[in-house]
Amino acid sequence: MQLTEQRDIKADPAAVWAAILNPEILMACVPGCESMTGTAETGFEAVVVQKVGPVKARFTGVVTLSDIVPGQSLRISGEGKGGPAGFARGGAHVTLTEIPGGTRLSYDVEASVGGKLAQLGSRLIDGFARKMADDFFERFQQTVEGPAETADGTAEGAEPKGGENDPGGGEKKKGWLKRIIG
Amino acid sequence: MPKDGGIGASTVRREDIRFLTGKGRYTADINLRGQAYACFLRSEVAHGRINRIDTAEARAMPGVLAVMTGADFAAMGGNPAGWHIPSRNGEAMKEPKRPVLAHGKVRHVGDAYAVVVAETLEQARDAAGAVVADITELPAVVDMAQAVANPDLRVHDEIANNVCFDWGWIEDNRAAVDAAFKTAPHVTTLELVNNRLVPNAMEPRASIGDYDPGTGDYKLYTTSQNPHLSRLLISAFVMGIPENKLTVIAPDVGGGFGSKIYHYGEEAAVLAASRALNRPVKWVADRSESFLSDAHGRDHVTRIELATDLEGNFLALRTETLANVGAYLSNFATATPTFLHGTLMAGPYRTPLVYVNVKAVFTNTAPVDAYRGAGRPEATFSIERVVDKMCRELKLDPVAVRRKNLIQPDQYPYTTPVGLVYDTGNYPATLDKLIEIADFSGFEARRAESARRGKLRGLGLSTWIEACGIAPSNLVGVLGARVGLYDAATVRVNATGNISVMTGAHSHGQGHETVFAQIVSDKLGIPASSIDIVHGDTSKIPFGMGSYGSRSLAVGGSAMVKAVDKIIAKGKKIAAHMLEAAEGDIVFEDGKFSVTGTDKSKTFGEIAFSAYVPHNYPLESLEPGLEETAFYDPANFTYPAGAYACEVEVDAETGRVEVVGFACADDFGNVMNPMIVNGQVHGGVAQGIGQALLEAAAYDDNGQLLTGSYMDYAMPRADDLPMFTVDHSCNTPCTHNPLGVKGCGEAGAIGSPPAVVNAVIDALHRGGHTHVTHIDMPLTPSRVWSAIQN
Repeated sequence: MQLTEQRDIKADPAAVWAAILNPEILMACVPGCESMTGTAETGFEAVVVQKVGPVKARFTGVVTLSDIVPGQSLRISGEGKGGPAGFARGGAHVTLTEIPGGTRLSYDVEASVGGKLAQLGSRLIDGFARKMADDFFERFQQTVEGPAETADGTAEGAEPKGGENDPGGGEKKKGWLKRIIG
Repeated sequence: MPKDGGIGASTVRREDIRFLTGKGRYTADINLRGQAYACFLRSEVAHGRINRIDTAEARAMPGVLAVMTGADFAAMGGNPAGWHIPSRNGEAMKEPKRPVLAHGKVRHVGDAYAVVVAETLEQARDAAGAVVADITELPAVVDMAQAVANPDLRVHDEIANNVCFDWGWIEDNRAAVDAAFKTAPHVTTLELVNNRLVPNAMEPRASIGDYDPGTGDYKLYTTSQNPHLSRLLISAFVMGIPENKLTVIAPDVGGGFGSKIYHYGEEAAVLAASRALNRPVKWVADRSESFLSDAHGRDHVTRIELATDLEGNFLALRTETLANVGAYLSNFATATPTFLHGTLMAGPYRTPLVYVNVKAVFTNTAPVDAYRGAGRPEATFSIERVVDKMCRELKLDPVAVRRKNLIQPDQYPYTTPVGLVYDTGNYPATLDKLIEIADFSGFEARRAESARRGKLRGLGLSTWIEACGIAPSNLVGVLGARVGLYDAATVRVNATGNISVMTGAHSHGQGHETVFAQIVSDKLGIPASSIDIVHGDTSKIPFGMGSYGSRSLAVGGSAMVKAVDKIIAKGKKIAAHMLEAAEGDIVFEDGKFSVTGTDKSKTFGEIAFSAYVPHNYPLESLEPGLEETAFYDPANFTYPAGAYACEVEVDAETGRVEVVGFACADDFGNVMNPMIVNGQVHGGVAQGIGQALLEAAAYDDNGQLLTGSYMDYAMPRADDLPMFTVDHSCNTPCTHNPLGVKGCGEAGAIGSPPAVVNAVIDALHRGGHTHVTHIDMPLTPSRVWSAIQN
């Protein structure tokens, strides 16, 4: 399964780039992540609990960052083994582009599964992978924009566009409202 | 009139009483004292190099008795292919070793590479989760065209292009066929896929290995259609256990459809584990394992061309097929796409020139082998679809075209251009019968009625033939079989006159216990209730080649009849002695041995008793006892044939196809039990409609089986099927077996898929969607709708 998405983040590319390389932020953004250790240079070891259709499993695996072009693009890859449930692996090629008021984050995601996950959950995988990617980048956006909104008001110009692009942007609207009130 | 309970009676199946009351005894029902449980570890990747399998943690877990990996079996032999099929350039076929457990590499998702044995099943499963396999995933090759074209992708490192063989049939005819195409007034070409199927027997595979350290004897309880073949392969090829130290028992078996003909690695693994642990080891597959590791069926990609004149007379036929054999050669995998497919490409027609090319291709998928019909459905589908397409191209009536190309009743024995000699048949008769029972004349009214409800109605036809009674050793030997294909039976008349028949045929749903008893009852004039049919135990049965290829009655039944004839001959000797008459004067009729022209006679029971209480026998000329064994090896295949019609309604808005009528006019030769024959046809047609409309085994590009459960693999259900109209009155008895029978087990699955697809295409054309010339099976609503939308 493959998907291509983009979202606009109200933070400058340097801040977004730094966030991507930060294991704490990564851990906070990977849905179902129980633990993550390691560094951007050596890769991270992660434990993630996820349920795909009828199969629930604790995946232990590695997350690696590769093809790094500082400040511009990189590849985030993850592979997790879920014991008898099978395995899941995915990757996202992430590109940052500076836009007025922030950074456009584009990502091409691919994901595949094997073992029981593939046999029992195959019809659910596309939707599942899309949701995982959406969740990850949604959390990432929130995490990055969190400090940005208190730092200055530069993100305000980009705000309506971000709202349109994100149908599930309830959380973000709250942030926007909070900022107006604040 | 059939005798009561004899040949031709629709006797109710005696085995159903135990099946329907939960008293069947399947392998999973058997629990031996002290048995341990096995759980297999199966590859999650389609292709991978096994670097290391760490079993230490698993071995330390509670209840674990043993963990064995491919390395433990590396010295054992491989599970061989039963037929050698040379390539058309004379090269031998490629036969990679098929080990008990994968060693070095895994080659398909589900390929077993280790087995954990523990005190309980739960402990075995838990420990299996603790085995750490370091497997480097390698690129998988799933698509056959890619497998053949890309030399860098290899299922087996030593086999370039993944081609097992490139077979031409018949090579000497090739030039003449090609020449006929060059000058033919019309050529119809069709590219089609015969979709891959998962067999889905109701009972998953299961095996119990039971080694007796006291005697050194091995017993294997297993879900087999063919216990003697398993014994032979385990003994002679895989484990080297002498046949007299190995008993294979296939008790009640819940369906096979081909998938349980073969020997599988799990059988050897539980035997070896039992030997290592000195206790029985049991394994029962779960449904997921069945999806992943049972031999799948079909999976051909074919280009077929039919050369005709402008009146639709067939001039020549030519096909090129890629046949998937999966990652390893299953026992019949090489015969199925060749001698059960290529030799049938003449169909029931007088096509003078035929040339067939089949490339068998290795891929990183489960092994593919014979599945109900085995090669013959693929042949029939290709022929009947291209004939139908030709009729549309030339605007000819599909009934008339078939009728004028059919082999005529006065042409038997008929030698086909693909190496078979049809002994008997009457194809125009079954076609006429079909037109009657399917009510062709009322179709237009039914179509108009459907149209009023907004539905497109279509009528599809298929006239088919198959080669059954898979046997003649002389013939199959020439064709590359490495075994003989006869069958055997022992008829044991006990002292009190009841009878045990030990047959090499195996019943796993067919009803042999009923039908075989009917036949013996008819022949010996004693009640069927006094006759017991024993099957599925190599220690009780003289020998056998099991049940597949619609062979049980034609081959196994014939062996039984031969043994019965020997019993009658022996009975006459005994009667002659008892009645003080010449042996030549004894006649046997209605269960009595009489001296011809007198009122002196002895009943069958008296003869039997005398055989075991031989008080005044002339022992130098008359041996006590009444038990006879016969082997039967026929002179030819049998050739069941028939004509099928399918009527469908298509909803053009959604693409949904509903089968609203299905009629079968079959020639099975003599019919022993019409009710059972009807049931066999019903089941076969249900599977054929399943293939045509619902079923498909799908792998993704990485070789992951996407249809690994019933969430994604659609089986036919009762509400997908109409009431079937079945007729087998147009029978021409087989000329070379004693019962005149041909076999009926696979017919329904062979004749029906093209009838369904032809009906859908017909409906679409009648609805004005004339751009649709073919839709690949299964004809799901999505595919039909997309075809309509072009």
